[in-house]
Amino acid sequence: MPYIPHTPDDVRAMLERIGARSLDDLFDEIPPALLVPSLPGVPDALSEMDVSRLAAERAAADGRPLNFIGAGAYEHHIPAPVWALVTRGEIYSAYTPYQAEASQGTLQIMYEYQSMIAGLTALDVSNASLYDGASALAEACLMAVRAHRRSKSARILLPETVNPAWRRVVRAITGGQGLQLDTLACDPASGRIDPASLAAHAGEDVTALVVPQPNYFGQLEDADALTRWARANGALVIAAVNPTSLAVLKPPGEWGDGGADIACGDAQPFGVPLSSGGPYVGFMACRMEHVRQLPGRIAGRTVDLDGRPGYTLTLQAREQHIRRAKATSNICTNQGLLMSAATIYLALVGPAGLERVARACIARTSELVAALTRLPGVRAAFAGPRFHEAVLKLDRPVAPVLAALAGEGIIGGHDLARDYPQLGDALLVCATEMRTRADVETYAKALGRLLGRAAAA
Amino acid sequence: MSEIPADLRYTKSHEWMRTLPDGTIEIGITDHAQQSLGDLVFVEVPESGRKLAAGDTCAVVESVKAASDVYSPLAGEVAAGNPALATQPELINKDPYGSGWILRLKPLAGASAGGLDAAAYAAVAASGG
Repeated sequence: MPYIPHTPDDVRAMLERIGARSLDDLFDEIPPALLVPSLPGVPDALSEMDVSRLAAERAAADGRPLNFIGAGAYEHHIPAPVWALVTRGEIYSAYTPYQAEASQGTLQIMYEYQSMIAGLTALDVSNASLYDGASALAEACLMAVRAHRRSKSARILLPETVNPAWRRVVRAITGGQGLQLDTLACDPASGRIDPASLAAHAGEDVTALVVPQPNYFGQLEDADALTRWARANGALVIAAVNPTSLAVLKPPGEWGDGGADIACGDAQPFGVPLSSGGPYVGFMACRMEHVRQLPGRIAGRTVDLDGRPGYTLTLQAREQHIRRAKATSNICTNQGLLMSAATIYLALVGPAGLERVARACIARTSELVAALTRLPGVRAAFAGPRFHEAVLKLDRPVAPVLAALAGEGIIGGHDLARDYPQLGDALLVCATEMRTRADVETYAKALGRLLGRAAAA
Repeated sequence: MSEIPADLRYTKSHEWMRTLPDGTIEIGITDHAQQSLGDLVFVEVPESGRKLAAGDTCAVVESVKAASDVYSPLAGEVAAGNPALATQPELINKDPYGSGWILRLKPLAGASAGGLDAAAYAAVAASGG
C-alpha cells in the first residue's frame, strides 16, 4: 500500500487551489455554538512511543490463557499463509471499486468463496458474505418472509437452542419490520428443541422454522425430522449452522425431504481470529428459487466478448444502489477482508483437512467431557450426539469456579446462568483441535483441586 | 415512438388497464415503460386472492439495469397473475399490451378503471414522466 504524506507545502497548495485560507475554513459552515473546544475526560494526544507502550501493556494483560470457551466463536488453528496473503495490498481493502469489474481478483475471490459455501451447505447459491452470523440469521428471517409469499403471518419459530446473542440481534433487526418471533422451548432433558413446543404450532400459518445445527449447547438437533415437520406445515426452513461441522454432518441442502431453504451462520472458524468478539463474517446460501430475495452482493462467472472467462457482479437490481429503500437489505455490506481469509483458509485445508479439523474437535470435546465428569460434582447435562461443545452441570454456582480457574490461567467455559437459569448451575465448554490431551488434563486437574478444596473447607 | 392503443386506459406511472368481458381489469405496463426499462429478466406477479388498494405495489419488473414497482391503478382482489411471465419475462418487451399482461384484478364494488385516455397518456409519455 502506498504511503501518501501531506507536507505543509501540499496542504498549502491544495488550500490555494480551492480558495480556502486554512483548514478551519473548510468547516466554517458549522455554527460556532456546535463546536466543542475540548472534550472533558479525554486525555491529550499521546506520542507514538507512548501509544505503543500502552498497547503492549494492555495486550500483555490478556495473558495466554488456556481457552475452553466457544459459545459462538471458536479458537481454531489459522495456517500462516492465510493472513500473510490477506494483508497483501491487492486484497487488504476488500471493498469493490464503484466499477466492481475493474477488480477481477476481488470478484474471483468472492466467486470462489460463494462456490465453497454453496458446496458446504449443499445449496444452489451463496452471497458474497454478510456482517456476522447473528445478522445473517436476522437477514435469513427477513428473507424467508419475502420469499414465502403464500404465508401471511410473518411468523418465525426461533428455538431457545439458538445462540441467545444471535436471538437478541434477530429481535433488534427485525423488531420494526412486523415479524412475529415465536420462541420454541428447549427440552431440559435432551438439550434440544422440545417436540411438544413445536407440535403446538401445527396447523398454524408459520413462515419459517429456524433449525440450529449443532445447537448452542453443542447438541445435534434432529434436523431431518424438523425439516419434514416444516415441509408438512407449509413453512420454510432456515438452517443456522456451524460451518466446520458441515465437513462431517449432513449439509442443510440434504435435510429431511427436500432440504433447508436458507442456510446461514458465522464463518469465523475459517481463518478469522477471536479478536475479542469481532469483526467476524456471516455466510448465507439458499435454493435457486429464492435467489432474488437473497440479500447482499453476488459475484458470477461469465465470458467477455472474446470468450475469455471473467467475473461480474450479478442480480444487482435487488441491491441498494439500484433498488434503494426497496432493496433486499440495506445493512448487508459484505465482510470482504474476512471473506477472503475464509476462502484462503478453505483452499489451504481442503475438504479432507476440514474433515480432520472437525473430527479432532469432536474427539477432543469427548475427552474433555469424559475427564471433567470423572470429577465428583460434575456431570454432563445432556446425553445424545454432540459436535464440539457440551453443557456440564456443577454442584455449585459456576461464576466463582470460573473466576478461580481464570486465576490459574484457564478460561473454563461460558456460564449459562444468565441466559438459561432453568438449567441451574450449568457451564458450556468447548475443545477445538487447538487443545491437546495435556491441556484437557491441566483443566481437569485444576477443576478437581478447586472443587475438592472447596468441599474440604 | 411508442405504441399507445386508443382502447385502453392508462396511469401516470405507466400502467395500462383493459376491461375484460367478465368485468375484471387486465393490467400491464406500457410500451413506453418497457422501452425505458430495457430487456426484462424477471417479473414478480401477485398471488391470486391478494387484496390490493389503489396505489399498492402489485408487481415488480426487473431488467438488467433496474427493478421497478408496478402499482395497482384501482382497489380490488387479484383474480390471476400471468403465469407465463415466470419463465418468459421478455413477453412484456415483445407484446406489452397482449401476452405480456401482468395481472387481472376483480375490482372492488364501486371501483372503476378510470385513469387517463390514450391522448392524455401520450402527453405524459412525451414529457418524459
